[in-house]
Amino acid sequence: MAGTSAAATALDQDGPLVSLKNVTKRFPGIVANDRISIDFWPGEVHVLLGENGAGKSTLVSMLTGFQQPSEGEIEVAGVPQDLSSPQRALDLGIGAVYQHSMLAPTLTLAENVSLGRPWWQKPDRRGIADEMRKTANSVGITIRPEALTSALSLGERQQAEIVRALMRGSRFLILDEATAMLTPKDAEKLGNLMRLIAQDGRGVVFITHKLNEAVAYGDRISVLRLGKKVGGLPPEQLRAMDKTEAHDEIVRLMFGTRTTGSEATENTPPPQHKLDETEKPILEILALEVDDEATPVSGIELKIRPGEVVGIAGIDGNGQVQLAEALAGQRPVRNGRIYLDGVSIEDKSIGGRRNLGLSYVTDDRLGEGIVGAFPVSLNLLLKQIGDAPFWKHGLEQPAEIARNATEKVAAFDIRTPGIGTPAGKLSGGNIQKLLLARELGEKTRAVIFAKPTYGLDLQNIAASRNRIREAADARKAVLLISTELDELLELSDRIAVMSQGRIVGIVDNNETARQRVGELMSGVGE
Amino acid sequence: MTSETAIAPESGGKERKVRLNMHDDRLHFLIITIGPVLATLVIASLILLAMGVSPLDYYGYIFQRGVMSPSGVQATLTRMGPLLLIAASLIVCFRAGIWNLGGDAQFILGAVFVAAAGPELVDALPAWLMLLLCLAIGAAAGAVWSLVPAFLRAYQGINEIITTMMMTFLGGSLANVLVKLVFLDPETTVPQTRTLAVPDRLPRLFDTTVSSGVLLGLAAVLIVHFTMNRTAFGLRLRIVGANAKAAVHAGLPVATLTVIVFSISAGLAGLAGAVSVLGQNGNVRADWNPAYTLTIVPLVFLARFNGFATIAFVFLFSVLSIGSESAARRLGVPNYFTLVTMATLLILMAVAEMIDQRRSKGKAV
Repeated sequence: MAGTSAAATALDQDGPLVSLKNVTKRFPGIVANDRISIDFWPGEVHVLLGENGAGKSTLVSMLTGFQQPSEGEIEVAGVPQDLSSPQRALDLGIGAVYQHSMLAPTLTLAENVSLGRPWWQKPDRRGIADEMRKTANSVGITIRPEALTSALSLGERQQAEIVRALMRGSRFLILDEATAMLTPKDAEKLGNLMRLIAQDGRGVVFITHKLNEAVAYGDRISVLRLGKKVGGLPPEQLRAMDKTEAHDEIVRLMFGTRTTGSEATENTPPPQHKLDETEKPILEILALEVDDEATPVSGIELKIRPGEVVGIAGIDGNGQVQLAEALAGQRPVRNGRIYLDGVSIEDKSIGGRRNLGLSYVTDDRLGEGIVGAFPVSLNLLLKQIGDAPFWKHGLEQPAEIARNATEKVAAFDIRTPGIGTPAGKLSGGNIQKLLLARELGEKTRAVIFAKPTYGLDLQNIAASRNRIREAADARKAVLLISTELDELLELSDRIAVMSQGRIVGIVDNNETARQRVGELMSGVGE
Repeated sequence: MTSETAIAPESGGKERKVRLNMHDDRLHFLIITIGPVLATLVIASLILLAMGVSPLDYYGYIFQRGVMSPSGVQATLTRMGPLLLIAASLIVCFRAGIWNLGGDAQFILGAVFVAAAGPELVDALPAWLMLLLCLAIGAAAGAVWSLVPAFLRAYQGINEIITTMMMTFLGGSLANVLVKLVFLDPETTVPQTRTLAVPDRLPRLFDTTVSSGVLLGLAAVLIVHFTMNRTAFGLRLRIVGANAKAAVHAGLPVATLTVIVFSISAGLAGLAGAVSVLGQNGNVRADWNPAYTLTIVPLVFLARFNGFATIAFVFLFSVLSIGSESAARRLGVPNYFTLVTMATLLILMAVAEMIDQRRSKGKAV
């Protein structure tokens, strides 16, 4: 096989298999990885932990050759290497398996393995199948190379991907959230498999959000936060701790603590809204159920009073989008009730809910938030088409539309060359301001913010957060969905944690909130 | 965003730049509009020379027939009626992001039902009411023929390109069957419907032979243009076309709007069939199918769905096709040489546009 010999010679040494030396990766307006140094040793399962946006994905994409560091070096077997392409990384023996299967569903496993070989060679299906079986046996699993990929479960597909990586001569395997979509049983199988692979003198990097898995399968743990490596547990220390101690320590590293006073954890104190416990809630959600193929949502119970900000924490993809869309009316509600100011709205249309004062600031800004080719002025009125005074008897009133746009652009500080500029040409931060301007009107009673600062630069993050505070100060009910704990701690009165479509706990935002939410997010105590 | 478009307060230099740009732009515009026309004439002339025909004779004749002679102009204008209605039909659906390519069947079915109904109604009703009713029948026939693709697209998400084209085969055959078996004129030997007498057809304009169908066509294109650009209804359709997810997010009833778009678009195609019969032919013969739709599709695209540009392109196409029909008889150049000329022009315009876009992209970087 092509990469085998190169990989074997490159990695046949005693030191770390792969080392990151002060690696920094910058994107416009953001430092995704900040001077990270980590050694990955042979024979170890090395767990990388961190919240969404901590910089794990960037790190993986540099190790697999999809991106190159802005500064610093990556050494493979002690030799600085330029991982200039995914092919180069593969040749050096670095393989990766992701959350979603990368196999072509219409081909058999053996055919999938034969992909990527020279096109003029007829694939030797039987030879490949035999080799696959042998490789699988060597790590203690059985697979059927003749099976059609689409007929297999995700767990089986990932096992096949690992076998493929091993066949390519990978001595260093990255499992990027590979257990995220698996059933607990399949996840356990994969965990045992990675331990076996590591015992063979290979290196495994395992990225997960689940602390139980990290402690159960990992030899060594490194924690990233806000692009920096903030700590870790070497094997000796990890072995010496019992499960609870390890969990506590990791949660402390991942989410920080207010007591240590380290940077980025020093926050403004939680908001002190004057909340009247007896006041009637504006938004009330009762036993809400929402259908979804991947993540059905059920048993959602929430009450939000005037001026209150309720945060929804959780790893991406745990039903937050489904919940937001069901509340806004973009997705049918299977069961349960939603009350807005005492009126049940779960059967009302999107427009009907909006007229009653429900706003939804979507996180899919370019995909559904705006029509990119349309001018800023029309995008500001996307949800009011046909309404007076902008349309009269269905006819456009250009003067009114322009007046509205000019006002909103000024009030929300939308930086645009003009109100006629196509909205798609604005920067992410300005598109977000446009959405905020559209959704935060005087009639608004309750607002759903979905990841309101996702992908924005610091200035725009601050601007967005101010708008959220203003909305609460104006006695609106605010539901704030975010994957960033710091943001939730800064803005929310209470924080609900979502996991697999359910709310697994609601925490008052006080001194212990960080630890409690961190524990709930990481599945401690499940 | 490029720094050029940013709002920077450096006025002096910028103004000059703008003026330069404007000069550039005008020249530019001329090159990308006139250039392809000239290049087309050259290429088509070469082909004519190879066929042993003098290009000057050929184009001179077309020009004279299509634009200079009264009868030619009248024929050109009359032909524009149905073509403009089809253009309007296509503008509606394309701007709403829907590919109704079933216009040919919608057209022919509209024509057949009008040809069947007209002679029946002409004795029972006053002329104006008969005509109005016939126009409505044509539009309805076209719209009904689009319902299957419309509902499949709206509620099942099935690609309408395939379904409308399939419905075209069915519709064309159905029209033939109707003409040959059901609406057959018993008094002729040729299979065709009964013929509407000339005085009973759409009124002619002034003292010419130009049918008022052209006015209907012009009105349709202008109304569609205005509706799409200036009304709330048109804006809703454009949002569905430009970003269906945003339409859902904004609370628009996307499925209902989709069915409405199909109905309007197919209704206009059916109306085109009605105008063809009421203004021009007076009847429908078996196997008659002018297949206008696919010819108009590229015209509408090159006009970028702009109503006025569409009218200009349709006029040009009519001149060429009427002129070349006579030229065919006179000079022995086959009739479909018009299509060669048109196709060459369309391809060259597309190429010019591509070069233009690449240039402006190069400038932006």
